[in-house]
Amino acid sequence: MIRRVLATTVKELLQLKRDWRTALALLGMPVVLLMIYGYALSFDVTDIRLGVVDQSRTQASRRVVEAFLKSGYFVQKAVLDDSRPLDDLFVAETIQAALVIPADFAAKTSARGPTSILFVLDGSDSQTANTVLGYARQIVVSQTGSLYDVEVQAAYQADPLVWYNPDLKSSIFLVPGLLAFILMVSSVIATALAVVREKERGTMESLRATPIRAIELLLGKTLPYLLVASVSAAGSLFLAWALFDVPIRGSLLWLAVVTLLFLAGGLGWGIFISTLAETQQLAFQLGLLSSMLPTLLLSGFIFPISSMPKALQLVSHIVPARYYIAALRSIVLKGVGPEIWGVQAVALIIYASIVLLLATIRMVRSL
Amino acid sequence: MVSATGLTRHFGEFVAVDKVSFEVAPGEIFGFLGSNGAGKTTVIRMLCGLLKPTAGSGTVAGYDIATRAAEIKNRIGYMSQKFSLYADLTVDENLRFWAGTYQVWGKQFLGRRRWAIEMTGLGSRRNTLVADLPGGFRQRLALSCALLHQPPVVFLDEPTGGVDPEARRRFWDLIDDLSAEGVTVFVTTHYMDEAERCHRVALMHAGKLLALDTIPELKKIFASGSVLDIECRDAALALEHLDDLPGVIDAALFGNHLHAVVTAPEIAQAIHHHLETEGFAPVNSRPVPPSLEDVFIRSIREAEEGRKQ
Repeated sequence: MIRRVLATTVKELLQLKRDWRTALALLGMPVVLLMIYGYALSFDVTDIRLGVVDQSRTQASRRVVEAFLKSGYFVQKAVLDDSRPLDDLFVAETIQAALVIPADFAAKTSARGPTSILFVLDGSDSQTANTVLGYARQIVVSQTGSLYDVEVQAAYQADPLVWYNPDLKSSIFLVPGLLAFILMVSSVIATALAVVREKERGTMESLRATPIRAIELLLGKTLPYLLVASVSAAGSLFLAWALFDVPIRGSLLWLAVVTLLFLAGGLGWGIFISTLAETQQLAFQLGLLSSMLPTLLLSGFIFPISSMPKALQLVSHIVPARYYIAALRSIVLKGVGPEIWGVQAVALIIYASIVLLLATIRMVRSL
Repeated sequence: MVSATGLTRHFGEFVAVDKVSFEVAPGEIFGFLGSNGAGKTTVIRMLCGLLKPTAGSGTVAGYDIATRAAEIKNRIGYMSQKFSLYADLTVDENLRFWAGTYQVWGKQFLGRRRWAIEMTGLGSRRNTLVADLPGGFRQRLALSCALLHQPPVVFLDEPTGGVDPEARRRFWDLIDDLSAEGVTVFVTTHYMDEAERCHRVALMHAGKLLALDTIPELKKIFASGSVLDIECRDAALALEHLDDLPGVIDAALFGNHLHAVVTAPEIAQAIHHHLETEGFAPVNSRPVPPSLEDVFIRSIREAEEGRKQ
């Protein structure tokens, strides 16, 4: 048994070594994808083009403008005397937001009475507008105290305190999902070609005439890719930490265990596809489609599962990335132990078992 | 060593193999001759346990093909029609992998590898990729890979397809050696010259076994007559004029010649005269010993006539 698994593993690794393009793709693609998507996929907004209409022209009003510019989120693109030309500037996309400080601003603040400033936003991209509005509120709140030279006293006040991701950086939220996405796609593709390639080249027929058993062939074809996928998973995690400041607060051992469980499921699914498809091309397309779409749409990677329609929420239960992403966020961001993400790990074990069982059944039939 | 009784395989409506029975003795070179689609490969696949028979039974090395496929696979070597080596692995790596699938390792593997390298003559090319080997070497390597576990039976399915005549001759020398060592060789081919090197030949056509015997015995179906090789103009047209002549048992196109089975060699005179008056001059003919192909064509014709009646 071990001899045959070993012989197949060595053979697969040698073939992978000869086929350097595939090897490079399997090892390098996750890293490249992580960098491309990691930088591209961000809900953070910076360098917002700001138009400033300061009709007060006082020290107090200048302090407000300064606070906006110093926050790092805004750059001043236009300074105007009145607010009428703002519309044209928005249409021309010269500015994305405008700050209008009324002439009586200083008078009202020194009188310690209620006052307001106007913050105008381009709402055509609601996602961005929401984020920018959040920044603006934060700046105004932080300025209020210094403007009035006294502490703001209100009946009650909600003090937002964000845990685990205090800066609300979207990369910290997105990168674990991105990791799951990349690892799922690359592990499924890795093995999707493994069996069908033998069928296409005619070597399957010769293998069938040897005493090799389905489970031996399955293990021999899964183990080498588990090795390759583990290496690229480790590389991707390292990059996530180094480039995107994703803190790894939990235990690396648990991280490895959960990742291996997830990879086993992906590789098993690839083998299953490989036993179904008759050509490498079909296997590749099936592998890509069945790993990419569910992981992208139904795993909670980008769209929160809780806001999906009930039917889709049900479907999302058979998407392994759902459990991996949840476990990953728990381990990486919160640093919690298996008592929290144990359920996800069990789900991953169940998924991997079912998929590997299906693959074995199919392998028995094609062997 | 290998036996089949009423072996039958249907693919849907199509009858690929129809009640085939035979017995192969240890050390025998047993040839399966037939055109493409005759059912040769299907018979081999059933015997190797790769395909379940629809009806009938068979044994290989004493094991029932329907129930003991696992035992059979440990005791046979199989060289498939399609390429049975990994082109992206070297000679050495292929040997190591195939040995691994038969659990041949350690000292035993080193010994078998030495044997394989010597047999194939690949001593200086052990680290060459199989993709870069000439066809003849590949076939010999594939054969040696199928023999690493020293099986008593080896099944070769059209082993010499696409290989030059010299390489084919060398390959058959290896088969002779194997047979001398007591290995049973079950080989399919559609090359007549290869079939002549088998101890016994089974002729297969449209799923049926038409004849099975040694070459001299098979050729005895011509005992009642002799074969004339006729060369003339428009041989294909001339063929129609031959069938009706008295004394001509059978006639067939043979390349661009005609082969006529006649009751006596003297008929040649009448054939000459007839063809020349019909405008197929110049006509030349000579008596030839019947080849296996004559036997084959004759057998197919008899089978088809038998079906019509």
